[in-house]
This record gives sequence, C-alpha cells and structure tokens, in this order.
Amino acid sequence: MGMQAFLDIFDIYLLEAVINGILLGGVLALLALGLNLIFGVIDVTWICYAELVMIGMYAMYFMVQYYGVGYFIAAPFTILLVAALGALLHYLVIAPLLTAPPINQLLATGGVLFVLQSFATVAFGIDFRNLGIRLPVLAFGDMNFSYARLLSFLAALVGMVAVYLFMTRTFTGTAIRAIAQDRQIMALMGVDTKRIYLITSALGGALAGLAACLLVLQYDVHPFVGLSFGPITFLICVLGGLGNFIGGFIASFLFAEIISLGGLFSDLEWGYVLAFAFFIVMMFIRPAGLLARRR
Amino acid sequence: MLELRGVNAGYGTFQALFDVNLDVKAGEAVGVIGPNGAGKTTLMRVISGLIRPSRGSIKMEGVDVVATPAHKIVSLGIAHVPENRRLFPQLTVDDNLKMGAFMKEARGHYAERLDVVFDLFPRLKERRHQMAGTMSGGEQQMCAIGRALMSSPKLLLLDEPSAGLAPVVVQQVFELVKRIRASGLTVLIVEQNVQQVLKVVDRAYLIEAGTIRASGTSSEMLASDTVKEAYLGV
Repeated sequence: MGMQAFLDIFDIYLLEAVINGILLGGVLALLALGLNLIFGVIDVTWICYAELVMIGMYAMYFMVQYYGVGYFIAAPFTILLVAALGALLHYLVIAPLLTAPPINQLLATGGVLFVLQSFATVAFGIDFRNLGIRLPVLAFGDMNFSYARLLSFLAALVGMVAVYLFMTRTFTGTAIRAIAQDRQIMALMGVDTKRIYLITSALGGALAGLAACLLVLQYDVHPFVGLSFGPITFLICVLGGLGNFIGGFIASFLFAEIISLGGLFSDLEWGYVLAFAFFIVMMFIRPAGLLARRR
Repeated sequence: MLELRGVNAGYGTFQALFDVNLDVKAGEAVGVIGPNGAGKTTLMRVISGLIRPSRGSIKMEGVDVVATPAHKIVSLGIAHVPENRRLFPQLTVDDNLKMGAFMKEARGHYAERLDVVFDLFPRLKERRHQMAGTMSGGEQQMCAIGRALMSSPKLLLLDEPSAGLAPVVVQQVFELVKRIRASGLTVLIVEQNVQQVLKVVDRAYLIEAGTIRASGTSSEMLASDTVKEAYLGV
C-alpha cells in the first residue's frame, strides 16, 4: 500500500471517529448535566446516578419487549418513572441527611447503589437483555454512522436545550440557580427550599430517564450496566469542575473524543484507558477542574 | 401594622433578644439604633422568619407571623433587605429582581413591578444583564432594595443599608429611603449611622444588649442624653 492511499483511508476513519466522538459526547453531556445539577444545587453527589439509568433501561425493556408498548410511547413513561425515583431518593435518603457531613451522604447514596444493583439482580436476573430493535446504519460516503447514536445525540441535545430554557426562563428555574448561591435567604424570596430541592431531584431523575431511553438503543441492560456509565460520568463532572454545567459539557466532549480517537488506534477499551490517564494527568494540572467553580 | 410583644429570640443557647416590644404603624418610618451586636439584625431576622422567636408574639396586620411558615411571610407584605445585601452574585440583575417576584401573588404583576423598580433605579435598567456580584456597593444596595420591592410589600425591613458604602453613596441611599417613604411604604430601618437615620424616620428605638432601652420621636431621640453621649459623640 502506498503512503498516499494509507493517508486517504486514515483521514476518513479519523473523521468518522471524530464524528462518533461528538455523538457519544452528547449522551455523556446529558448524564453529566443531571449529576452536576444535583451537586450544584443540593450540594450532594448521587453516587447511584447511573443505577437510576439502569432502572430506566429495565423499564424501557419491559415496556417495549415484554408488553409490546411502542418505543416513543414507553419513553415518556420511563422519564416520568425515573423522575419520580429521583424525587423519592431525595425525600427518603438525602433530605434527612442534608445537614450531615458529606461522607455520610456519599455512603448513603453509595448504599442506594448496591440496593438498586441487588434489587435488579434478584428481580430481573443477570441476563443481558436488549430491546431487539436493530436500527439501520447510515452510510455517508465511505463513512458509517449508527442511526441509534445519531438519534441519541439529537435527543440529548433537545433535552439539554429544554433544561436550559427551563432554568433561564421560568421562576422555578431561576430559583434553582439562586438556591445554589445562597440557600439561607431563599425564604425571604418566598421560596420553599424543600420544594425546590424535590423539583431539582425530579429534574435530575428525568435526565437519567432520558439517558436510559437513549442508551437502551445501543447497549444491553443488566444489573451492573451502571458501572459502564457511572464512573465516567463522575470523572467528567470532576474534570469539568463539580457543579459547573459548562465545564461538564466541555469535559463530556473532550472525554468522548479521547475515547473515540483512542479507539481508532487500537481497541475501544484502550480509548477508555487513555481517557482515564488523561483524567489523572489533568487532576495534577487543574485539580479543581477545567473551569474551577468559584466557591 | 406590625406588633411585637415580649419577643425572645437567639441562636442555639445564645439569647440575642430579651422581651422586645415594638410597634410600627401604617405609613410610618421607624428606626432601630444601637451598637454592634445589640440584636438589631436578629430583630429583623425574627420579623421576617429567618429565625423563630423562643417566646412572644409577632403580628402583621393582625396575622400571627410566628405561626406562618418562613417562606409565606413575604406574602403577608413583609419584605426584608438583609444585612450585607445578600444578592445572588452570579445571577444577573434581572434574575435577582425576578427572585423578588417569586411568590405566586407577585408573578402576575412582574412586568409592572419591574417598571416601578426601573423607574426608581434607572441605573439597574442599564445594568440589567450584568452579574449582580460585579456591580459597585451602591448599585448592589439598589438591586437589593429593588428585589424587595418586587413583591409589592406593605412593610420594608432595611438592615444597615449604608454599611460598607462610600460617604457619597450613603447620602444617596438615605435619599432613596426618603423617596420610598414618600411612595407610601411603611419602613423599619436598622442603622448604625444614627445621625443620618434620625433624619429620615419618624420614631426610633434604641436597643442595647438585646433589650429596648429607649424609644421616642426622632427629635426626642436626638435630644436624649443617652443617645447623644453614646452615638452622636457630642
């Protein structure tokens, strides 16, 4: 093979990997937004965030595969279900620990992680299940893109824009941003902080639910599927600066590109290794995150 | 309008107010003066519900404030401009004002109130898209007062509006208080700047170590030996 021919092929693969990275970044950004929202507003880290996604994926699986509900009808129900789970998580676990030391909150949500994993194992078994929907592959010149990834990217983008509009245009959204800056004086504004926390938790849950609807198109669901997204979402949030929405957004695409381009040179697993190595190096250079949150 | 009877309040085991009786009538401007740590801020906080009294009663137009949940007190018509302004520094001026109109009753009048506040503070209109934390102290004080006015209050609680401001700006703030009074709003104002505050209020209370030591009209207070010696330096 001549050098020129090698470069031609390489370029197309490179472009394909870059675009696939962007598509992956959209879904990661959606997950990061949910986790950042909870951290930024309530100052609590939901270690069990990806397990909420797992429950949502099971909900999609059972509705679509078992009861024959259409995908687009099942999706809103899943989003509502996981939103309710988020609110319940806040009400039962976080609210009583709101003034407790952070380590207790971490341990409590960590406990919920194991409860949800064990519950799924007992209730659904350890089989890998999927929707059985095989979406076509789009050929674009010499490049191939998965339709599922494209759909996920667009839906994630719509979800994020919806959250942005809610946060900037409504009274409740403005209160959610305000409460992160000064929770003590919210009563003077006539704001019931308990109610705002519940709404924020439901919103975080809804984002996990939307992510579940999208991820179930590409991945099999099993009780430990949360481990595939949880740690990486957490690293993205830390890299972007915990609670910093824009930092999380940028870090999502940075991570996704490293994974995608790293995978180009060998296996996809190596992409993850590179991404984690990048994270460790960045933590030495910018320990407070790419865009450090002023506190 | 506002009536405090035998109010005790504090933080944990520390008691900051002892048996406080205080009245504010509709249309009045009343001042509360006294040294640092006398309980002036605690008095404001207990009226707006940020802390709850351990004893005594607080009534706003006959409604029991103590029995009202803290976030519903603003609906009774009490707006509190807290000490150090406490704006949301990383929200725009617009968003800060929007928070002032959060309660259900105020949302319907949001646009009108915004006009009223921008009328009173044209500077805020110029800065409406700026982050509140990046403005000067005087502008931030305008924003804090504007935020409180967004709820169409009947009673405005002002806690040390002149603190930390340059002398020229202090003058402007007291001018503002006069204008707010002229608009018919009832005002309860806490100040260390005794000479200035006595010029804008009708009556004042002197509070020391959590207890009301004296009260009277502005001219009585100005003439009082206790006030003169301790606070006016004459």
